[in-house]
Amino acid sequence: MQAAVRLTGISKRFGAVQANREVSLAVASGTVHGLVGENGAGKSTLMAILYGYYQADAGQIEIEGQPARIGNSFDAIALGIGMVHQHFMLVDTLSALDNVMLGAEPGFFLAAGKKQVRIKLEALMAETGLNVRLDARVDTLPVGELQRLEILKALYRGARILILDEPTAVLTPQETTQLFETLARLRERGTTILLITHKLGEVMALCDAVTVMRQGQVVQTLAIADATTEKLAEAMVGRRVDLGRPAGSAQAGEVLLDAKDLRLRSESGVAALDGVGLQLRAGEIVGVAGVSGNGQSELLEVLAGMQAPEAGTLALGDARFEPARWLDPARARELKLAHVPEDRHACGMVLSFPAWETAALGYHENAEYRGGPAGLAMNQAVMRRRTTEMQERFDVRPRNIDLGSSKFSGGNQQKLILAREIGQAPRVLLVGQPTRGVDIGAIEFIHGQLRALRDAGCAVLLVSSELDEILALADRVVVMNAGRVTGELAIADCDEKKLGLLMASTKAAA
Amino acid sequence: MSQPLNLPRWIDIGLLPLWNLAIALLAAGLVVRGIGQDPLHAFGAMLQGALGSVRGIGYTLYYTTSFIFTGLAVAVAFHGGLFNIGGEGQATLGGLGVALTALAFPQLPAPVLLPMLVIAAALFGMAWALVPAWLQAWRGSHIVITTIMFNFLGASLNVYLLVNWLRPIGDMAVESADFSDAARMPALHELAARFGLELPSSPLNLSFVLALAACVFVWWFLWKSGAGYKLRAVGSSPRAAHYAGIAPRYQILLAMALSGALAGLVGVNEISGVQGKLTLDFVAGAGFTGIAVALMGRNHPIGIVLASLLFGVLYQGGAEVSFDIPDFSREMVVTAQGLIVLFAGAMAMVSAPLFARLYARFKRHG
Repeated sequence: MQAAVRLTGISKRFGAVQANREVSLAVASGTVHGLVGENGAGKSTLMAILYGYYQADAGQIEIEGQPARIGNSFDAIALGIGMVHQHFMLVDTLSALDNVMLGAEPGFFLAAGKKQVRIKLEALMAETGLNVRLDARVDTLPVGELQRLEILKALYRGARILILDEPTAVLTPQETTQLFETLARLRERGTTILLITHKLGEVMALCDAVTVMRQGQVVQTLAIADATTEKLAEAMVGRRVDLGRPAGSAQAGEVLLDAKDLRLRSESGVAALDGVGLQLRAGEIVGVAGVSGNGQSELLEVLAGMQAPEAGTLALGDARFEPARWLDPARARELKLAHVPEDRHACGMVLSFPAWETAALGYHENAEYRGGPAGLAMNQAVMRRRTTEMQERFDVRPRNIDLGSSKFSGGNQQKLILAREIGQAPRVLLVGQPTRGVDIGAIEFIHGQLRALRDAGCAVLLVSSELDEILALADRVVVMNAGRVTGELAIADCDEKKLGLLMASTKAAA
Repeated sequence: MSQPLNLPRWIDIGLLPLWNLAIALLAAGLVVRGIGQDPLHAFGAMLQGALGSVRGIGYTLYYTTSFIFTGLAVAVAFHGGLFNIGGEGQATLGGLGVALTALAFPQLPAPVLLPMLVIAAALFGMAWALVPAWLQAWRGSHIVITTIMFNFLGASLNVYLLVNWLRPIGDMAVESADFSDAARMPALHELAARFGLELPSSPLNLSFVLALAACVFVWWFLWKSGAGYKLRAVGSSPRAAHYAGIAPRYQILLAMALSGALAGLVGVNEISGVQGKLTLDFVAGAGFTGIAVALMGRNHPIGIVLASLLFGVLYQGGAEVSFDIPDFSREMVVTAQGLIVLFAGAMAMVSAPLFARLYARFKRHG
């Protein structure tokens, strides 16, 4: 079979970082080809080169047998390459139809063009099953539909080769299944699909072949028949990894955090929290499952004291809080409540600070970090020493405390934040998306740390959009949908299907 | 999506600013050429006027002093994520504070009175900055707008007080009465004379030392103190600061209080150091120049001293050139200053990609 895409000897360097080193890759026409690797393995750079965002320092690209020079994304589109980004590239205030047409208007007059585009799109939708309400405003569409719209947009522009970057990160298990059915149908009509992902189960379910990258190089390319999840994970990390659930879980003890009937409306007036109650006990990990945007983020912020709810109560140890006098983040830390925020870039660290300054964030008033006359100065020697210890203990790489916080990879940033929060021996730990954008090796490590904390008697609340993560860590699972708790299950009763149904249901648990 | 720039530090803070300055001077040269003057001659006259004599250097450093104060003021606010355009008004109020204190205590000796004047200048500047700061922190009024408005209010207040209250009865000039000798910040040539050193007279006074001390303090405050840590956290990432339990409102007050106090110290240099009485419009744009100074100096005290020196040379040298070459008007000098602000400040990063490319090529071959 002819190769739709053939990359030969692609190299790309950014400063000191060799993002791609002599990468060669052939994708057979009309197949789904998985591209897996840890963060920073060079997958995204390689795809950015293929889509014309970057120019390779060396190497050749062949598209459908013809040597190609791809100087920008217009060249890529002209060659029949389409890309669906992880973060959708849509204009919220325009209709779905207008979004497809934007930048590819067929003529000078809009109305006539629109009619033409609509006819073409309807044919395309009937053929591929990518159903989208064309006249709805984009900001009213659910995530799954937005993704179909993105794919439709690429196909409308004549894409025969489709690059999908982590397409399932924002979908429920059911939506994922639906997406995969669609992709399978596209493959039948001859579309070549390059799927970037870190979920190995998806690779096994959909792909015909898979390429594993590590440290900018291709480790191996396998036909799916020769691959297993374990084999792929090992190839990605370079050693055996275990993300499974170890036997046994700690016994839950006294209640450390008790929240009742939390209510909060978002800025647009929608109920983000609609009467949520939650108890955390010493020595247990409680997982909060749900599709992103169903109140989990707000729950974390309210419990961490970053935002006061409109109604509800919170008991934290012996302290009681009411909306008028809610917990604040500084008080939360005094009460030994630590918080690893969902958005580590915006919240967890000050990106312009060097690591040793970020490593004190939130604990900068601690006596040991203060010095000079009347404690007015920071004790930089202690701050630096503590950061060195954190980097050692949590294996943060590179071991450089003067490096800017933004210069670490996602996994290492997260390890530094965890080291900071866990280092204070909290009684309650709130964790949001602990492994989002984190590579497998680091995930294994972070999971181990959370389990160890639980075994030491800490109460852990884990909010994650990765069901696998919740199933691997939690002792008890709470499912949220539309600001309500729609179900609570002991881990023994959980499976992916049950949780998926609860995530999609709107009825509150009885 | 663009490729990240990789510039070594010596290019970023050494070569690049010099290159920008060269472009600015080249552009200014073309303008000078355009009005039929010899750019080299004008440039020479400017350097000669600013640095060619002890007296010239005195004047240059006197201008530099005010620019350091206002530049630091802008930088401190900037590190707190705020754009303080109100240096002009805060400096005016600082001068008012100096004048009121000096006029209220004419009998006090200099060692007591001078520190009081410095404190008064700082407190008055601080107070004038705290109103917009409070409005921003508690009411969400944009600080850029309010500080601009407070410049006008400050100037008007100064006029009102001078005309109606501070002007000696029967005096035509809109100025306050002269201060006592104890209220004069000693000029450097006077101090030198005491040690038997003969220096030509210039307005350079002890405020220059105060400005350098302020630089050291600001450096300590921003990068060594706990308050500075919190201020920078709020300035570069308000969400992270909130997460860390730092209340942004108080940081806004603190940043603006310090910023206003620094700007207020211009009043010491001008009113106590040079005029010896309160006058109209004594700030003369130093507050606005401070924005350019902070921009060029990358909001770092060392950069601010260097940029202040550059602007001191431009001010003093410019005045000399317009004196030296009759056709070379004061406006011409302002044009040159504008070009420098444009090329070295606002467009400071325009040439960065060029240098990044050259550097990458050089490294590949070298």
